[in-house]
Amino acid sequence: MANITWIMEDGSEISAEVKDGLNLMEAATANNVPHIEGECGGCLSCATCHVFVDPAWFAKTGEIDDIEDTMLEMTDVEREDNSRLSCQIVASAALDGLILRVPEPE
Amino acid sequence: MAAPIVIVGAGQAAASFISRHVTLGSQQPVLLIGDEAHPPYQRPPLSKKYLLGALERERLFIRPLEWYADQAVELRFDTRINSIDRDLKKIITNDGESIEYDKLLLCTGASARSLPADIGGTLDSVFTLRSIADIDKMSPQFQAGRKLLIVGGGYIGLEAAATSRQLGLEVTVLELADRILQRVAAAETSNYFRDLHSGHGVDLRESVRMTRLLSEDGAVRGAELESGEVIDADLVLIGIGSSPNTELGQAAGLDCDNGIRVNEICQTSDPGIYAAGDCTSFFRNGQQIRLESVQNAADQGDLVARVLAGEAVTYTALPWFWSDQYDCKLQIVGLNQGHNHTVIRPGANASSMSVWYYRDAELLAIDSMNEPKSYAFGRKIIEAGKHPTAAQVADPATDLKALAMS
Repeated sequence: MANITWIMEDGSEISAEVKDGLNLMEAATANNVPHIEGECGGCLSCATCHVFVDPAWFAKTGEIDDIEDTMLEMTDVEREDNSRLSCQIVASAALDGLILRVPEPE
Repeated sequence: MAAPIVIVGAGQAAASFISRHVTLGSQQPVLLIGDEAHPPYQRPPLSKKYLLGALERERLFIRPLEWYADQAVELRFDTRINSIDRDLKKIITNDGESIEYDKLLLCTGASARSLPADIGGTLDSVFTLRSIADIDKMSPQFQAGRKLLIVGGGYIGLEAAATSRQLGLEVTVLELADRILQRVAAAETSNYFRDLHSGHGVDLRESVRMTRLLSEDGAVRGAELESGEVIDADLVLIGIGSSPNTELGQAAGLDCDNGIRVNEICQTSDPGIYAAGDCTSFFRNGQQIRLESVQNAADQGDLVARVLAGEAVTYTALPWFWSDQYDCKLQIVGLNQGHNHTVIRPGANASSMSVWYYRDAELLAIDSMNEPKSYAFGRKIIEAGKHPTAAQVADPATDLKALAMS
Protein backbone atom coordinates (compact mmCIF):
# COMPACT_ATOMS: atom_id res chain seq x y z
CA MET A 1 0.00 0.00 0.00
CA ALA A 2 1.09 3.56 -0.64
CA ASN A 3 -0.57 6.79 0.38
CA ILE A 4 -0.57 9.04 -2.68
CA THR A 5 -1.52 12.72 -2.73
CA TRP A 6 -2.51 14.64 -5.84
CA ILE A 7 -2.45 18.43 -5.59
CA MET A 8 -4.46 20.51 -8.08
CA GLU A 9 -3.49 23.94 -9.34
CA ASP A 10 -6.04 25.58 -7.04
CA GLY A 11 -4.33 23.94 -4.06
CA SER A 12 -7.01 21.36 -3.38
CA GLU A 13 -5.78 17.87 -2.56
CA ILE A 14 -6.92 14.30 -3.00
CA SER A 15 -5.24 11.52 -1.06
CA ALA A 16 -5.78 7.80 -1.38
CA GLU A 17 -4.37 4.47 -0.24
CA VAL A 18 -3.28 2.69 -3.42
CA LYS A 19 -2.79 -1.07 -3.66
CA ASP A 20 0.64 -2.32 -4.69
CA GLY A 21 0.84 -3.08 -8.39
CA LEU A 22 -1.74 -0.54 -9.55
CA ASN A 23 -0.37 2.26 -11.66
CA LEU A 24 -1.02 5.83 -10.60
CA MET A 25 -3.14 6.69 -13.64
CA GLU A 26 -5.57 3.94 -12.60
CA ALA A 27 -5.39 5.14 -9.02
CA ALA A 28 -6.11 8.72 -10.09
CA THR A 29 -9.16 7.88 -12.20
CA ALA A 30 -10.50 5.59 -9.44
CA ASN A 31 -10.21 8.45 -6.97
CA ASN A 32 -11.71 11.09 -9.22
CA VAL A 33 -8.57 13.17 -9.67
CA PRO A 34 -9.51 15.68 -12.38
CA HIS A 35 -7.50 16.08 -15.61
CA ILE A 36 -6.04 12.56 -15.46
CA GLU A 37 -7.77 10.75 -18.30
CA GLY A 38 -5.66 7.76 -19.30
CA GLU A 39 -7.54 7.22 -22.55
CA CYS A 40 -5.14 4.60 -23.87
CA GLY A 41 -5.33 2.58 -20.67
CA GLY A 42 -1.66 2.99 -19.89
CA CYS A 43 -0.04 1.83 -23.12
CA LEU A 44 1.87 5.05 -23.79
CA SER A 45 -0.19 6.39 -26.66
CA CYS A 46 -2.20 9.31 -25.31
CA ALA A 47 -0.13 11.31 -22.79
CA THR A 48 -3.29 12.25 -20.85
CA CYS A 49 -2.04 11.16 -17.41
CA HIS A 50 0.74 13.74 -17.07
CA VAL A 51 1.85 14.67 -13.55
CA PHE A 52 4.64 16.67 -11.95
CA VAL A 53 6.35 14.59 -9.29
CA ASP A 54 7.38 16.34 -6.10
CA PRO A 55 11.14 16.83 -6.64
CA ALA A 56 11.98 15.06 -3.37
CA TRP A 57 10.25 11.94 -4.73
CA PHE A 58 11.22 12.07 -8.37
CA ALA A 59 14.10 9.56 -8.26
CA LYS A 60 11.97 7.03 -6.39
CA THR A 61 9.37 6.88 -9.17
CA GLY A 62 11.76 4.94 -11.40
CA GLU A 63 13.43 5.36 -14.77
CA ILE A 64 11.78 7.07 -17.74
CA ASP A 65 12.15 4.83 -20.79
CA ASP A 66 12.51 6.09 -24.37
CA ILE A 67 8.83 5.76 -25.24
CA GLU A 68 7.65 7.63 -22.16
CA ASP A 69 10.32 10.26 -22.75
CA THR A 70 9.01 10.77 -26.29
CA MET A 71 5.35 10.74 -25.26
CA LEU A 72 6.07 13.41 -22.65
CA GLU A 73 6.69 15.70 -25.62
CA MET A 74 2.99 15.66 -26.48
CA THR A 75 1.39 16.48 -23.15
CA ASP A 76 -1.19 19.29 -23.13
CA VAL A 77 0.76 21.23 -20.51
CA GLU A 78 4.42 21.39 -21.43
CA ARG A 79 6.73 18.94 -19.66
CA GLU A 80 9.18 19.95 -16.99
CA ASP A 81 12.17 18.17 -15.45
CA ASN A 82 9.92 16.39 -12.95
CA SER A 83 7.25 15.31 -15.47
CA ARG A 84 6.05 11.71 -15.61
CA LEU A 85 3.21 9.84 -17.25
CA SER A 86 1.51 8.46 -14.18
CA CYS A 87 0.52 5.20 -15.92
CA GLN A 88 4.20 4.32 -15.76
CA ILE A 89 4.51 4.76 -11.99
CA VAL A 90 3.49 1.63 -10.12
CA ALA A 91 2.38 1.82 -6.51
CA SER A 92 4.54 0.12 -3.88
CA ALA A 93 5.47 0.70 -0.25
CA ALA A 94 8.51 2.66 -1.44
CA LEU A 95 6.15 5.36 -2.74
CA ASP A 96 4.18 5.75 0.50
CA GLY A 97 3.72 9.50 0.97
CA LEU A 98 4.30 10.41 -2.70
CA ILE A 99 3.07 13.84 -3.78
CA LEU A 100 2.02 14.55 -7.38
CA ARG A 101 0.94 17.86 -8.86
CA VAL A 102 -1.71 17.73 -11.57
CA PRO A 103 -1.33 20.12 -14.50
CA GLU A 104 -4.54 21.63 -15.81
CA PRO A 105 -4.81 22.14 -19.56
CA GLU A 106 -6.34 25.42 -20.76
CA MET B 1 -37.81 16.14 -10.19
CA ALA B 2 -36.52 16.96 -13.64
CA ALA B 3 -35.90 14.03 -15.97
CA PRO B 4 -32.27 12.87 -16.11
CA ILE B 5 -29.80 12.75 -18.94
CA VAL B 6 -30.14 9.13 -20.04
CA ILE B 7 -27.24 7.33 -21.69
CA VAL B 8 -27.94 4.14 -23.62
CA GLY B 9 -24.81 2.02 -23.96
CA ALA B 10 -22.17 1.68 -21.24
CA GLY B 11 -18.88 1.94 -23.12
CA GLN B 12 -15.97 4.34 -23.45
CA ALA B 13 -18.09 7.21 -24.80
CA ALA B 14 -20.50 6.97 -21.86
CA ALA B 15 -17.68 6.89 -19.31
CA SER B 16 -16.03 9.86 -20.94
CA PHE B 17 -19.30 11.81 -20.95
CA ILE B 18 -19.83 11.14 -17.24
CA SER B 19 -16.24 12.06 -16.33
CA ARG B 20 -16.55 15.42 -18.04
CA HIS B 21 -20.06 16.00 -16.70
CA VAL B 22 -18.69 15.50 -13.18
CA THR B 23 -15.56 17.60 -13.76
CA LEU B 24 -17.71 20.46 -15.03
CA GLY B 25 -19.78 20.30 -11.84
CA SER B 26 -23.00 19.75 -13.75
CA GLN B 27 -25.81 18.94 -11.34
CA GLN B 28 -28.26 17.26 -13.69
CA PRO B 29 -28.79 13.59 -12.76
CA VAL B 30 -27.48 10.93 -15.11
CA LEU B 31 -28.85 7.45 -15.70
CA LEU B 32 -26.55 5.02 -17.54
CA ILE B 33 -28.13 1.94 -19.07
CA GLY B 34 -25.97 -0.90 -20.42
CA ASP B 35 -26.85 -4.28 -21.88
CA GLU B 36 -23.79 -5.98 -20.41
CA ALA B 37 -23.15 -7.00 -16.80
CA HIS B 38 -20.32 -4.49 -16.26
CA PRO B 39 -19.71 -0.78 -15.86
CA PRO B 40 -17.94 0.88 -18.83
CA TYR B 41 -14.67 -0.90 -19.55
CA GLN B 42 -11.71 -0.69 -21.89
CA ARG B 43 -12.10 -2.92 -24.92
CA PRO B 44 -8.57 -2.68 -26.39
CA PRO B 45 -6.96 -4.97 -23.76
CA LEU B 46 -9.54 -7.70 -24.45
CA SER B 47 -7.59 -9.11 -27.39
CA LYS B 48 -4.27 -8.61 -25.60
CA LYS B 49 -3.65 -8.69 -21.85
CA TYR B 50 -7.13 -9.88 -20.89
CA LEU B 51 -7.10 -12.82 -23.31
CA LEU B 52 -3.58 -13.55 -22.11
CA GLY B 53 -4.88 -13.74 -18.56
CA ALA B 54 -2.53 -10.96 -17.49
CA LEU B 55 -5.16 -8.45 -16.39
CA GLU B 56 -7.93 -8.89 -13.83
CA ARG B 57 -11.39 -7.98 -14.99
CA GLU B 58 -11.76 -5.07 -12.55
CA ARG B 59 -8.70 -3.41 -14.06
CA LEU B 60 -10.54 -3.17 -17.38
CA PHE B 61 -13.15 -0.94 -15.78
CA ILE B 62 -12.63 2.68 -16.78
CA ARG B 63 -13.83 3.71 -13.33
CA PRO B 64 -14.51 1.39 -10.42
CA LEU B 65 -18.14 0.48 -9.83
CA GLU B 66 -18.33 2.51 -6.60
CA TRP B 67 -17.20 5.64 -8.41
CA TYR B 68 -20.53 6.00 -10.21
CA ALA B 69 -22.51 5.93 -6.97
CA ASP B 70 -20.16 8.57 -5.52
CA GLN B 71 -20.96 10.80 -8.51
CA ALA B 72 -24.71 10.20 -8.07
CA VAL B 73 -24.85 8.42 -11.43
CA GLU B 74 -27.42 5.66 -11.53
CA LEU B 75 -26.31 2.49 -13.33
CA ARG B 76 -28.45 -0.24 -14.82
CA PHE B 77 -26.87 -3.35 -16.25
CA ASP B 78 -28.24 -6.16 -18.43
CA THR B 79 -30.92 -3.85 -19.75
CA ARG B 80 -31.80 -3.49 -23.40
CA ILE B 81 -33.79 -0.62 -24.78
CA ASN B 82 -36.52 -1.56 -27.20
CA SER B 83 -37.64 1.80 -28.48
CA ILE B 84 -37.51 5.56 -28.16
CA ASP B 85 -40.66 7.66 -27.95
CA ARG B 86 -39.30 10.97 -29.19
CA ASP B 87 -42.57 12.87 -28.75
CA LEU B 88 -42.90 11.97 -25.07
CA LYS B 89 -39.10 11.91 -24.54
CA LYS B 90 -39.16 8.40 -23.12
CA ILE B 91 -37.33 5.17 -23.76
CA ILE B 92 -38.90 1.76 -23.29
CA THR B 93 -36.86 -1.14 -21.91
CA ASN B 94 -37.25 -4.75 -23.00
CA ASP B 95 -39.25 -5.29 -19.80
CA GLY B 96 -41.72 -2.67 -20.94
CA GLU B 97 -40.62 -0.07 -18.41
CA SER B 98 -40.72 3.47 -19.68
CA ILE B 99 -38.04 5.95 -18.62
CA GLU B 100 -38.26 9.67 -19.21
CA TYR B 101 -35.25 11.63 -20.41
CA ASP B 102 -34.42 15.28 -20.61
CA LYS B 103 -31.56 14.62 -23.07
CA LEU B 104 -30.75 11.23 -24.53
CA LEU B 105 -27.21 10.12 -25.42
CA LEU B 106 -26.88 7.04 -27.63
CA CYS B 107 -23.58 5.22 -27.12
CA THR B 108 -24.71 1.92 -28.57
CA GLY B 109 -21.36 1.02 -30.11
CA ALA B 110 -20.89 -1.59 -32.78
CA SER B 111 -21.24 -5.36 -33.05
CA ALA B 112 -18.73 -7.82 -34.41
CA ARG B 113 -19.83 -9.32 -37.70
CA SER B 114 -20.17 -13.07 -37.63
CA LEU B 115 -20.38 -15.64 -40.40
CA PRO B 116 -23.83 -16.72 -41.60
CA ALA B 117 -25.13 -19.86 -39.87
CA ASP B 118 -25.33 -21.77 -43.16
CA ILE B 119 -21.54 -21.68 -43.51
CA GLY B 120 -20.86 -22.49 -39.88
CA GLY B 121 -21.12 -19.17 -38.06
CA THR B 122 -23.05 -20.63 -35.12
CA LEU B 123 -21.00 -23.78 -34.53
CA ASP B 124 -19.47 -24.41 -31.11
CA SER B 125 -15.96 -23.00 -30.69
CA VAL B 126 -16.55 -20.27 -33.28
CA PHE B 127 -16.02 -16.92 -31.61
CA THR B 128 -16.13 -13.20 -32.17
CA LEU B 129 -14.18 -10.76 -30.01
CA ARG B 130 -15.83 -7.64 -28.73
CA SER B 131 -16.80 -8.00 -25.07
CA ILE B 132 -15.66 -9.34 -21.71
CA ALA B 133 -18.25 -12.10 -22.13
CA ASP B 134 -16.71 -13.08 -25.50
CA ILE B 135 -13.27 -13.50 -23.91
CA ASP B 136 -14.59 -15.26 -20.82
CA LYS B 137 -16.27 -17.74 -23.16
CA MET B 138 -13.25 -18.37 -25.36
CA SER B 139 -10.28 -18.12 -23.03
CA PRO B 140 -10.72 -21.51 -21.28
CA GLN B 141 -10.35 -23.08 -24.73
CA PHE B 142 -7.28 -21.08 -25.72
CA GLN B 143 -4.80 -23.74 -24.57
CA ALA B 144 -1.27 -24.33 -25.80
CA GLY B 145 -1.09 -26.71 -28.72
CA ARG B 146 -4.63 -26.18 -29.96
CA LYS B 147 -5.22 -25.10 -33.53
CA LEU B 148 -6.77 -21.67 -33.95
CA LEU B 149 -8.04 -20.39 -37.27
CA ILE B 150 -8.58 -16.64 -37.52
CA VAL B 151 -10.82 -15.45 -40.33
CA GLY B 152 -9.84 -11.90 -41.25
CA GLY B 153 -6.44 -10.20 -41.16
CA GLY B 154 -7.48 -6.87 -39.64
CA TYR B 155 -6.24 -5.41 -36.35
CA ILE B 156 -8.47 -7.55 -34.11
CA GLY B 157 -7.49 -10.75 -35.89
CA LEU B 158 -3.80 -9.89 -35.81
CA GLU B 159 -3.84 -8.87 -32.15
CA ALA B 160 -5.59 -12.13 -31.28
CA ALA B 161 -3.03 -14.01 -33.40
CA ALA B 162 -0.17 -12.44 -31.45
CA THR B 163 -1.75 -13.18 -28.07
CA SER B 164 -2.59 -16.75 -29.11
CA ARG B 165 0.98 -17.41 -30.20
CA GLN B 166 2.12 -16.14 -26.80
CA LEU B 167 -0.29 -18.67 -25.28
CA GLY B 168 1.25 -21.41 -27.41
CA LEU B 169 -1.57 -22.03 -29.88
CA GLU B 170 -0.96 -22.93 -33.51
CA VAL B 171 -2.39 -20.04 -35.50
CA THR B 172 -3.53 -19.70 -39.11
CA VAL B 173 -4.89 -16.37 -40.42
CA LEU B 174 -7.01 -16.22 -43.57
CA GLU B 175 -7.36 -12.96 -45.46
CA LEU B 176 -9.65 -12.59 -48.43
CA ALA B 177 -7.89 -9.51 -49.80
CA ASP B 178 -4.45 -9.70 -51.38
CA ARG B 179 -2.85 -8.46 -48.18
CA ILE B 180 -3.63 -8.22 -44.47
CA LEU B 181 -4.75 -4.77 -43.22
CA GLN B 182 -5.66 -3.89 -46.79
CA ARG B 183 -8.71 -1.85 -45.79
CA VAL B 184 -6.87 0.25 -43.22
CA ALA B 185 -3.20 0.55 -44.14
CA ALA B 186 -0.66 0.92 -46.94
CA ALA B 187 1.20 -2.07 -48.37
CA GLU B 188 4.35 -1.15 -46.40
CA THR B 189 2.48 -1.48 -43.10
CA SER B 190 0.92 -4.77 -44.26
CA ASN B 191 4.40 -6.03 -45.18
CA TYR B 192 5.75 -5.11 -41.77
CA PHE B 193 3.03 -7.03 -39.94
CA ARG B 194 3.18 -9.98 -42.34
CA ASP B 195 6.89 -10.34 -41.53
CA LEU B 196 6.23 -9.87 -37.82
CA HIS B 197 3.60 -12.60 -37.67
CA SER B 198 5.43 -14.99 -39.99
CA GLY B 199 8.49 -14.56 -37.79
CA HIS B 200 6.40 -15.63 -34.81
CA GLY B 201 5.19 -18.76 -36.55
CA VAL B 202 1.75 -17.66 -37.73
CA ASP B 203 0.60 -19.33 -40.96
CA LEU B 204 -0.66 -16.26 -42.78
CA ARG B 205 -2.65 -16.81 -45.99
CA GLU B 206 -3.68 -13.89 -48.16
CA SER B 207 -5.95 -13.83 -51.25
CA VAL B 208 -7.76 -16.82 -49.81
CA ARG B 209 -11.50 -17.33 -49.92
CA MET B 210 -13.01 -19.54 -47.28
CA THR B 211 -16.20 -21.24 -48.45
CA ARG B 212 -17.44 -22.76 -45.19
CA LEU B 213 -16.52 -24.01 -41.76
CA LEU B 214 -16.56 -27.78 -41.28
CA SER B 215 -18.01 -29.45 -38.23
CA GLU B 216 -18.19 -32.66 -36.28
CA ASP B 217 -20.96 -33.19 -33.71
CA GLY B 218 -21.87 -29.49 -33.77
CA ALA B 219 -18.35 -28.27 -33.06
CA VAL B 220 -16.04 -26.73 -35.60
CA ARG B 221 -13.19 -28.86 -36.89
CA GLY B 222 -11.81 -26.78 -39.71
CA ALA B 223 -12.47 -24.70 -42.78
CA GLU B 224 -12.76 -25.41 -46.44
CA LEU B 225 -11.14 -23.02 -48.88
CA GLU B 226 -12.31 -22.23 -52.40
CA SER B 227 -9.30 -24.18 -53.68
CA GLY B 228 -10.71 -27.27 -51.98
CA GLU B 229 -7.98 -27.28 -49.37
CA VAL B 230 -9.10 -28.04 -45.83
CA ILE B 231 -7.50 -26.34 -42.85
CA ASP B 232 -7.89 -28.15 -39.52
CA ALA B 233 -8.93 -26.08 -36.54
CA ASP B 234 -10.10 -26.67 -32.98
CA LEU B 235 -11.17 -23.06 -32.58
CA VAL B 236 -12.19 -20.32 -35.00
CA LEU B 237 -12.16 -16.60 -34.39
CA ILE B 238 -14.10 -14.40 -36.81
CA GLY B 239 -12.47 -10.98 -37.25
CA ILE B 240 -14.24 -9.56 -40.27
CA GLY B 241 -15.14 -6.13 -38.96
CA SER B 242 -18.11 -4.70 -37.15
CA SER B 243 -21.40 -2.97 -37.85
CA PRO B 244 -22.70 0.07 -35.99
CA ASN B 245 -25.62 -0.56 -33.64
CA THR B 246 -28.10 1.78 -35.25
CA GLU B 247 -31.30 -0.25 -34.90
CA LEU B 248 -32.67 1.76 -31.98
CA GLY B 249 -31.93 5.09 -33.64
CA GLN B 250 -33.17 3.94 -37.01
CA ALA B 251 -36.46 2.64 -35.59
CA ALA B 252 -36.95 6.04 -33.94
CA GLY B 253 -36.51 7.72 -37.30
CA LEU B 254 -33.10 9.29 -36.68
CA ASP B 255 -31.00 9.88 -39.80
CA CYS B 256 -28.55 7.02 -40.22
CA ASP B 257 -25.85 6.33 -42.80
CA ASN B 258 -23.49 3.56 -41.74
CA GLY B 259 -23.95 4.94 -38.23
CA ILE B 260 -26.26 7.39 -36.51
CA ARG B 261 -25.61 10.66 -38.25
CA VAL B 262 -24.39 13.41 -35.96
CA ASN B 263 -23.42 17.02 -36.59
CA GLU B 264 -20.33 18.86 -35.32
CA ILE B 265 -21.70 18.85 -31.76
CA CYS B 266 -22.66 15.14 -31.86
CA GLN B 267 -26.33 15.95 -32.12
CA THR B 268 -28.51 13.57 -34.13
CA SER B 269 -31.33 14.68 -36.43
CA ASP B 270 -33.41 15.05 -33.22
CA PRO B 271 -31.98 18.01 -31.27
CA GLY B 272 -32.80 16.34 -27.94
CA ILE B 273 -30.81 13.22 -28.83
CA TYR B 274 -27.02 13.03 -29.05
CA ALA B 275 -24.81 10.12 -30.06
CA ALA B 276 -21.14 9.31 -29.47
CA GLY B 277 -18.61 6.62 -30.28
CA ASP B 278 -18.52 3.69 -32.70
CA CYS B 279 -22.25 4.00 -33.48
CA THR B 280 -21.95 7.47 -35.03
CA SER B 281 -21.19 8.67 -38.51
CA PHE B 282 -20.10 12.22 -39.16
CA PHE B 283 -18.76 14.52 -41.83
CA ARG B 284 -14.99 14.91 -42.00
CA ASN B 285 -12.62 15.85 -44.82
CA GLY B 286 -15.44 16.07 -47.34
CA GLN B 287 -16.96 12.68 -46.60
CA GLN B 288 -19.27 10.88 -44.21
CA ILE B 289 -17.12 8.65 -41.99
CA ARG B 290 -17.42 6.32 -39.03
CA LEU B 291 -14.52 5.61 -36.67
CA GLU B 292 -14.09 2.65 -34.37
CA SER B 293 -11.67 3.87 -31.78
CA VAL B 294 -11.19 4.77 -28.17
CA GLN B 295 -10.09 8.26 -29.14
CA ASN B 296 -13.27 8.97 -31.08
CA ALA B 297 -15.55 7.51 -28.41
CA ALA B 298 -13.77 9.34 -25.60
CA ASP B 299 -13.57 12.67 -27.41
CA GLN B 300 -17.17 12.59 -28.62
CA GLY B 301 -18.48 11.63 -25.17
CA ASP B 302 -16.44 14.41 -23.63
CA LEU B 303 -17.72 16.88 -26.22
CA VAL B 304 -21.38 16.09 -25.54
CA ALA B 305 -20.90 16.80 -21.83
CA ARG B 306 -19.37 20.17 -22.71
CA VAL B 307 -22.14 20.96 -25.17
CA LEU B 308 -24.85 20.13 -22.62
CA ALA B 309 -23.04 22.35 -20.11
CA GLY B 310 -23.34 25.22 -22.56
CA GLU B 311 -19.81 25.35 -23.94
CA ALA B 312 -19.42 26.48 -27.55
CA VAL B 313 -17.28 23.61 -28.81
CA THR B 314 -17.27 21.51 -31.97
CA TYR B 315 -15.74 18.13 -32.78
CA THR B 316 -12.45 18.60 -34.57
CA ALA B 317 -10.20 16.15 -32.71
CA LEU B 318 -7.40 14.56 -34.71
CA PRO B 319 -7.96 10.77 -34.74
CA TRP B 320 -5.37 8.44 -33.26
CA PHE B 321 -5.21 4.70 -32.75
CA TRP B 322 -2.87 2.07 -31.42
CA SER B 323 -2.25 -1.65 -31.51
CA ASP B 324 0.19 -3.87 -29.61
CA GLN B 325 1.36 -7.11 -31.21
CA TYR B 326 4.27 -9.11 -29.73
CA ASP B 327 6.95 -6.49 -29.07
CA CYS B 328 5.62 -4.07 -31.67
CA LYS B 329 3.85 -0.92 -30.61
CA LEU B 330 1.89 0.48 -33.53
CA GLN B 331 0.70 4.06 -33.11
CA ILE B 332 -1.35 5.81 -35.76
CA VAL B 333 -2.27 9.45 -36.07
CA GLY B 334 -4.58 10.98 -38.66
CA LEU B 335 -6.82 9.38 -41.27
CA ASN B 336 -5.15 7.96 -44.35
CA GLN B 337 -8.28 7.79 -46.56
CA GLY B 338 -7.65 9.55 -49.83
CA HIS B 339 -3.87 9.26 -49.75
CA ASN B 340 -2.12 8.82 -53.10
CA HIS B 341 1.41 8.06 -51.99
CA THR B 342 3.42 7.08 -48.94
CA VAL B 343 6.88 7.90 -47.66
CA ILE B 344 8.87 5.50 -45.50
CA ARG B 345 10.90 6.82 -42.63
CA PRO B 346 13.44 4.25 -41.46
CA GLY B 347 13.63 3.64 -37.74
CA ALA B 348 16.54 3.31 -35.37
CA ASN B 349 16.61 -0.48 -35.79
CA ALA B 350 15.26 -3.25 -37.99
CA SER B 351 11.97 -3.50 -36.10
CA SER B 352 11.13 0.19 -36.25
CA MET B 353 9.85 2.35 -39.09
CA SER B 354 7.04 4.72 -39.92
CA VAL B 355 4.79 5.11 -42.95
CA TRP B 356 3.71 8.67 -43.80
CA TYR B 357 0.56 9.04 -45.90
CA TYR B 358 0.26 11.94 -48.33
CA ARG B 359 -2.33 13.30 -50.70
CA ASP B 360 0.00 15.10 -53.08
CA ALA B 361 2.01 17.40 -50.79
CA GLU B 362 -0.48 17.21 -47.91
CA LEU B 363 0.43 14.99 -44.93
CA LEU B 364 -2.66 13.04 -43.81
CA ALA B 365 -1.59 10.31 -41.42
CA ILE B 366 1.29 8.29 -39.99
CA ASP B 367 1.62 4.61 -39.02
CA SER B 368 4.49 4.33 -36.60
CA MET B 369 5.89 0.92 -35.68
CA ASN B 370 8.18 1.01 -32.62
CA GLU B 371 8.94 4.57 -33.66
CA PRO B 372 7.19 6.77 -31.06
CA LYS B 373 8.98 9.91 -32.24
CA SER B 374 7.24 9.73 -35.61
CA TYR B 375 3.92 9.39 -33.79
CA ALA B 376 4.46 12.06 -31.12
CA PHE B 377 6.10 14.69 -33.31
CA GLY B 378 4.09 13.65 -36.36
CA ARG B 379 0.95 14.39 -34.39
CA LYS B 380 2.25 17.87 -33.61
CA ILE B 381 3.23 18.36 -37.23
CA ILE B 382 -0.25 17.39 -38.46
CA GLU B 383 -2.00 19.43 -35.76
CA ALA B 384 0.05 22.46 -36.76
CA GLY B 385 -1.04 21.96 -40.38
CA LYS B 386 2.55 21.45 -41.56
CA HIS B 387 3.47 19.35 -44.55
CA PRO B 388 7.11 18.25 -44.53
CA THR B 389 8.51 17.12 -47.88
CA ALA B 390 9.07 13.48 -48.75
CA ALA B 391 12.82 14.06 -48.68
CA GLN B 392 12.69 15.52 -45.18
CA VAL B 393 10.61 12.65 -43.83
CA ALA B 394 12.62 9.90 -45.52
CA ASP B 395 15.92 11.22 -44.15
CA PRO B 396 16.56 9.63 -40.74
CA ALA B 397 18.80 12.60 -39.92
CA THR B 398 15.83 14.99 -40.03
CA ASP B 399 15.00 16.15 -36.52
CA LEU B 400 11.23 15.68 -36.27
CA LYS B 401 11.01 17.68 -33.08
CA ALA B 402 12.61 20.67 -34.77
CA LEU B 403 10.25 20.20 -37.70
CA ALA B 404 7.25 20.16 -35.35
CA MET B 405 8.39 23.26 -33.47
CA SER B 406 9.60 25.29 -36.45
